[in-house]
Amino acid sequence: MGGPVIAAIGESYSRGRSVVAERPLTVVVGIAGLLLLFDLGSGMATGRYSVSRIGRFVWDGLMYGLIIGLAGIGLSLTYGILQFANFAHGDYITSGAFMGWGVTYVIAGLSSANVGHLLLVAPQGNISGGLLEIGVTSTPLAVLVGLVVAGLATILLVLLLDRIVYRPMRDAGGIPLLIASIGVAFALRYVVVLVYSTRTRGTTLRPPGTAINLVDGPLLIDAHDVTLLVATVALMIGVHLLLQRTKLGKAMRAMSDNRDLALVTGIPTERVIRWTWIIGGGLSGMAGYLMVLWTGTIDYQFGWLLLLLIFAAVILGGIGSVYGSIFGGLVIGIAMRLSLVWLPTGDFDLVAAFGIMILALLVKPQGLFAGRTTA
Amino acid sequence: MSARTDLRESARDLLAADAAKIAAVMLGIYVTYLLVGLILGYSANGMINTLQRLTFLVAIYAMVVLALNLHWGYTGLFNIGVAGFMAVGLYTMAMLAKPVEPTGGAQYPGLGLPVPIAILGGVLAAALVGFVVALPALRLRADYFAIVTIAFAEIVRLLYTASPFQEFTIFGYTMGTGGGRGILFNFQDPVVTIYRLPIFEGPVTFVNQYVEFGPADAQGVIYVGLLVVVLAGYYLLLKRTGESPFGRVLKAIREDEEATNALGKNTNAFKIKSFMLGCALMGLVGILWQFRRAGITPDAFRPHVTFYIWIALIIGGAGSNTGSILGAGIFTAGLFEGPQYLRRIIQSQISVGQPPGTFADAVGPMFALNFQPITSYLFNNMLTLQFVFMGVVLVWLMQNRPDGLLGYRTETAAAVPLGKRSDEVSETVHRADEPSETVSGTDGTSETASREDEVSDQ
Repeated sequence: MGGPVIAAIGESYSRGRSVVAERPLTVVVGIAGLLLLFDLGSGMATGRYSVSRIGRFVWDGLMYGLIIGLAGIGLSLTYGILQFANFAHGDYITSGAFMGWGVTYVIAGLSSANVGHLLLVAPQGNISGGLLEIGVTSTPLAVLVGLVVAGLATILLVLLLDRIVYRPMRDAGGIPLLIASIGVAFALRYVVVLVYSTRTRGTTLRPPGTAINLVDGPLLIDAHDVTLLVATVALMIGVHLLLQRTKLGKAMRAMSDNRDLALVTGIPTERVIRWTWIIGGGLSGMAGYLMVLWTGTIDYQFGWLLLLLIFAAVILGGIGSVYGSIFGGLVIGIAMRLSLVWLPTGDFDLVAAFGIMILALLVKPQGLFAGRTTA
Repeated sequence: MSARTDLRESARDLLAADAAKIAAVMLGIYVTYLLVGLILGYSANGMINTLQRLTFLVAIYAMVVLALNLHWGYTGLFNIGVAGFMAVGLYTMAMLAKPVEPTGGAQYPGLGLPVPIAILGGVLAAALVGFVVALPALRLRADYFAIVTIAFAEIVRLLYTASPFQEFTIFGYTMGTGGGRGILFNFQDPVVTIYRLPIFEGPVTFVNQYVEFGPADAQGVIYVGLLVVVLAGYYLLLKRTGESPFGRVLKAIREDEEATNALGKNTNAFKIKSFMLGCALMGLVGILWQFRRAGITPDAFRPHVTFYIWIALIIGGAGSNTGSILGAGIFTAGLFEGPQYLRRIIQSQISVGQPPGTFADAVGPMFALNFQPITSYLFNNMLTLQFVFMGVVLVWLMQNRPDGLLGYRTETAAAVPLGKRSDEVSETVHRADEPSETVSGTDGTSETASREDEVSDQ
């Protein structure tokens, strides 16, 4: 009776010991994470940490995470199917946001300024989104149309760039494509500067929030938070259905598994690649638009600054995995904000996010959702 | 026989070609810039300053590109965090060299070490940081490695920006990074010390008879001269490294890491050493780059610095030391400095008119076939256009000349210089008295030669 039990204990003990011996880093990272979680829990229970402050961090982190996750889907899809890390993805986000917001400005403020000026998101002068009272409750049509335009315009841009830049290099391999994408990122960012100028502008008038009472203080949630939540979740579900229920999704999964085999099987690879860009580009443009709606400011390099966080999310979730990128985005977003519990404010939240990414690469380079690519 | 002499001659030409190409390109650049100076009506002094600035930038870029070439061209380590390592070198140097008792407003104390020791400290710090990055990142694929290095560079920049490190005390020593506002280099500039050496008195008075040349200008020229010497040192060091057995292992790793491993080489150790050496060299470039400024802010190390360095590397061609120098020259003169001089020349010759304030005002009149506003708008935004152009050049290069001007070619793991391989073969063959003239100069023999060479080296 006792023999098998002891043997089982012995086996699990030796397995545990081999884990500790072979992957000490994983163990250390795990223990550190648990300690932090424990500290957070006990701190909130004893009142050492303010619950409402942590609630604020988690909520903000959730919002950031949704944006990162949504933008990450596109990056993850292109990474999985075209096999290269697209460094221009961040600037797709910026371009899409600018194009979409231009249209929003035109619809919301046609009576107060000329179209050209509005289409450029008011690069100079005294017109601002706040002055035009742009918001999801005050100008819902302008926001909705802007969101759709952001998606569509980015799709066109991305398809154009694929035609000019990436398609001639289809077989060049991951690294030359990566380097070319850095060139695209740079050129695109400064085309944005040329057209829209470097000025940072305020784009919205924040709607009044509803206070939700947490233990020791309120958590303010406004209509833009809710819009972001609803829109990103809806888009994510849409992508999920597209990839699971349609033949296109199946073809995409087949291609990210083995491109040559897919080609031999008769999958029209070029068409699948085009659809990959369409989905990825549309999502990145809309993610950019929603981010600007949520933060209330737009400038020419916010997408580029977001890019490393998106990479962090995609790598954490496992490249090519759509769910992985959503999950990774949420983890990165929430961890980034929660790190402020222990770290002083400043730029340390970004440092923490990049640190998490590097740790994820070291501990589990294939990502948390490894092996479930493009699904 | 005559065929062989021809071969040898053409090989000698090829051998001379790299140096000759660099010399020709640099000469062309200098002549062009002198002409530009003439058109703009610069004084002799202004002309010298222009050329001095150009030489300074070429030397700095050439050095850092050489260091990057060791990483990417030789070892295949895809480092896009170059700016981070440069920042570590420079900041460490500054923090070590700054006086213990700070003078002036908003200043932070340092350790007050002599400048040469501080420079050494900066270089070592960059190498150490390279070790810290390389140790865990080695197992990763090239694209993951790239993401880790750029994330690392951003972490470095953010930490130097962060206010908690503005001033801190460690082991009883107080120092600081200055946070976002940066730090002043309030230590004695060694170039001034060199300038005050007695040997320079004669030349300085001599030159001053012809051109008005203040001490600051003279020091600038001396510093650039020093940089050129250091650049030569970089080149020789990396050339020797590349040709040594160590360098051959690096190239073997670049071509096929698993095979190299299977041949009994500890590839990880080689990669770490190569990465650390490159990082140390980058740290030194970071120091030399900003050394003569009044101070430094973390903003100088944004990722676009790395982007410039990569463009220069790809223009010249990865895997070639001479290519790195050529690429740095072409990048600096053509892409980095060129557009600004072009703008000044156009401005001096024709009037482009008052530029419109926004892109819309520039594009609108185009529909009425009035192209003046768009021209002057684009002209006014030449700096922005320059960045767009750089990106386009990078894409074009990757599509059409991924190996750059002098890159890769046929050199794989061969110890013999690339271009003259077929010739080297015939020579080796000749020396070995093998009657293999029939195959000399074909690809088949060059293979034999490289193999022979490898054997003889071991």
